[in-house]
Amino acid sequence: MESTVLKIEDFSAGFDDHQVVHHINLAFEKNRITAIMGPSGCGKTTLIRCINRMHELVPNATYSGKILLDNENIYDTDPIIVRRKIGMVFQRPNPFPTMSIYDNVVAGYNLNGVRVSKGDKDRIVEESLQKGALWDEVKDFLHRKGTFLSGGQQQRLCIARALAMGPEILLLDEPTSALDPKATAHIEELVVELKNTVTIIQVTHNIPQAARISDFTAFIYLGDLVEFGTTEKLFTVPKDKRTEEYLTGKFG
Amino acid sequence: MKEKSLHKRILADRLFKGMVVVLSFVSVTPMFLILFFIIRNGISVIDWSFLVSLPKPMGESGGGISNALVGSVILMVIASLISLPLGILAGIYLSEYRKARFAYFSRLSLEILQGIPSIVIGIIAYVWIVVPMGSFSALSGGVALGMMMLPVIVMSTEETLKLIPDPLKEASLALGVPYPRTILKVILPAGLSGIVTGVLLGIARIAGETAPLLFTAFGSPFMGLNIFKPVNSLPLLVFNYATSPYPEWHTLAWGASFVLIVFILSLNIIAKLVTRRWKVQF
Amino acid sequence: MHVDAGKITVLSAKGAAGGYAKHIYQSRSFLTESAFRRILYLSGISVLLLLSAIFLSLFIASGPAIKQQGLAFLIGRVWDPVAGRFGALPFLVGTLLTSFLALAIAIIFSLAISIFLGEYFRSGIASSFVKSVVELLAGVPSVIYGFWGLFLLVPGVRFVEQQFGVLPYGVGILSAALILSVMIIPYAASLGREVIGLVPSDLKEAAYSLGATRFEVVRKVVLPYARSGILAGVLLSLGRALGETMAVTMVIGNSNALPRSIFAPANTMASIIANEFTEATGKVYLASLVEIALVLFVVTAIINIAGKIIIIRMSVER
Repeated sequence: MESTVLKIEDFSAGFDDHQVVHHINLAFEKNRITAIMGPSGCGKTTLIRCINRMHELVPNATYSGKILLDNENIYDTDPIIVRRKIGMVFQRPNPFPTMSIYDNVVAGYNLNGVRVSKGDKDRIVEESLQKGALWDEVKDFLHRKGTFLSGGQQQRLCIARALAMGPEILLLDEPTSALDPKATAHIEELVVELKNTVTIIQVTHNIPQAARISDFTAFIYLGDLVEFGTTEKLFTVPKDKRTEEYLTGKFG
Repeated sequence: MKEKSLHKRILADRLFKGMVVVLSFVSVTPMFLILFFIIRNGISVIDWSFLVSLPKPMGESGGGISNALVGSVILMVIASLISLPLGILAGIYLSEYRKARFAYFSRLSLEILQGIPSIVIGIIAYVWIVVPMGSFSALSGGVALGMMMLPVIVMSTEETLKLIPDPLKEASLALGVPYPRTILKVILPAGLSGIVTGVLLGIARIAGETAPLLFTAFGSPFMGLNIFKPVNSLPLLVFNYATSPYPEWHTLAWGASFVLIVFILSLNIIAKLVTRRWKVQF
Repeated sequence: MHVDAGKITVLSAKGAAGGYAKHIYQSRSFLTESAFRRILYLSGISVLLLLSAIFLSLFIASGPAIKQQGLAFLIGRVWDPVAGRFGALPFLVGTLLTSFLALAIAIIFSLAISIFLGEYFRSGIASSFVKSVVELLAGVPSVIYGFWGLFLLVPGVRFVEQQFGVLPYGVGILSAALILSVMIIPYAASLGREVIGLVPSDLKEAAYSLGATRFEVVRKVVLPYARSGILAGVLLSLGRALGETMAVTMVIGNSNALPRSIFAPANTMASIIANEFTEATGKVYLASLVEIALVLFVVTAIINIAGKIIIIRMSVER
């Protein structure tokens, strides 16, 4: 029996003047990849940013409902703890330009003021970069600043940085939309590998990508959850007419 | 791994924010103190006679700042006459020849010019004009102030013109309008609001300058309309009266300070309004 | 082809420098394109010429003093015009003490304002309020700061000196440094605010997503990123402080002796010129004062160039 690691219950979010996401109910399986897809502006990024409580950093943000991580409401927990359990990789690679590759990977620890012995740090850096499929390419340059890396490499660095914190869930917000096809393929391979270690929730508007790598897919349209199911079923026999129209490119 | 407790980190976060807010508000208190004192001490002095009479000799009460007002205006006019044509043309040069190697040096010179202490500029005007002329004069003061106003005019002109999209210039040239006319009759008017703002801010900057006038315009107790003779100005009057031992003069200085601050503030506000109302959107 | 330049302008491929029209047309123009461009070019040069002329004049005018004393000028401790001795060290020391003390005080407050406006309150009432007040403070003329300082700050410092058991002049280096710091704060704060506000939000988001508190994000991501901009701001503020004249002159006490403590009256390079220039008789006396101005010019020029280079280097990097 598969287990649910994250549950979204009757969740709505938006801003003072308008709601973006309405009454979402969604469950995510452990160690699986769930894709959240939909046309631009449908609310998927807002939703994902609520999962690691980044949405509320914006002024005028509103939200209601529950999001349960391992049966605990993340809105009852301190956001800082939540963000350490749920990592995020952004659309555009954003390694810290003032830090070396090494320091970027352990940035989560440095920023949080966690003192780690050099030996442990070295181990974390190597493990995370291995998991991020970047170790071989940078192991001789760990102390150079990350800005000379290519876009794809920078994104893998960001993935390594998020993984270094040992999160249970990794949120990916359209992580390959700023990358070229080769780098994209690289990252897709990596993501599939990663599901053995973390649960992955990926926002994408790249339909073929969702089909390629995800186990489950949620289709969101205008802030409502239209359909959810295994990727295979949703793509071959969608239950809702809007899902079918989206998949065949009628809109979005 | 040793970890700092979450509680401590949150506490540090709150303390930091509190400190930032407190320090910021402490920094702005001098403004209120200054304004308060100037208004309290100055406003009672201001009346019509204050504005139109000449200063009385030392120790006598009463008197006014009329010669300083007139002198300030004369100085600002001279400074503008010197800095505006040259400044606007130089600004046009910098925006048209943006990439020229030479433009780089020109800009660098401008930055240095802007950073020169005002008293040094005063010495230059002294050497260039007061010495050959043999006397202090409004002219030398105006030249000094003009040199200080120049960088402001050049930079604001350049900034304004940079924002005007190239297609506008090309459209005019494509119609067969000659280059000089395109610049002067099409581009400059399009950037008028920015240039006017620059002029206002330039004047606001020199309105309060004293140091360069100490040995150029020099100041005078009389009404001076001759630009080849010394002339008084508001900041000079404030300086001389504030540092004098006569309480009557101190009072006059507060009044003059009030007028000066109101003038500078008004210029700044008008400059903002000009930007808001006149600015051509592209 | 060329026709009477006053009435009809003809632009041929050869005539105008990079001229746009390659055919004949008629227009009443008082200016040919090449003449206009030449005027523009001259205006551009004029700034450079002006600067060079300033430097040269200062140098030449301080000639008599340089000839007489050379470099001893800068380390001479005695400034006694009557005896013909012109050592500028007291003023160098006075300038450095006031400027660095003022900078030290101002940095804390300016940084606070920069973070306030650039990070915590980027818009809204608090932001507009603080922003407007800072702009106003920047526009207050030096002489008014000096006036206010003379009547408000100096008595306060005098009171403090009495508590400390020091000679209660009131005027002196401390008062000058305090006024100077109030004057630098708006300048440094607006430079800092820009730099801090420019830190890309996706970097901050990355840090937040790793679980950092706001304080940690500011300390470890925002400030390092804005590091060179802040340094440039400090440098430019220093340049500003060094040359500040009127407010300092009014509260520093006009003493030509080498200052022994921050409570002592003194003079800075700028204030000695302000105080004595009009009374200076004799070629060497005047030339010495001009030489001080020359030193001020060179030092502020170097600091400004250094500051600009840092800023340019910063924008190229991004």
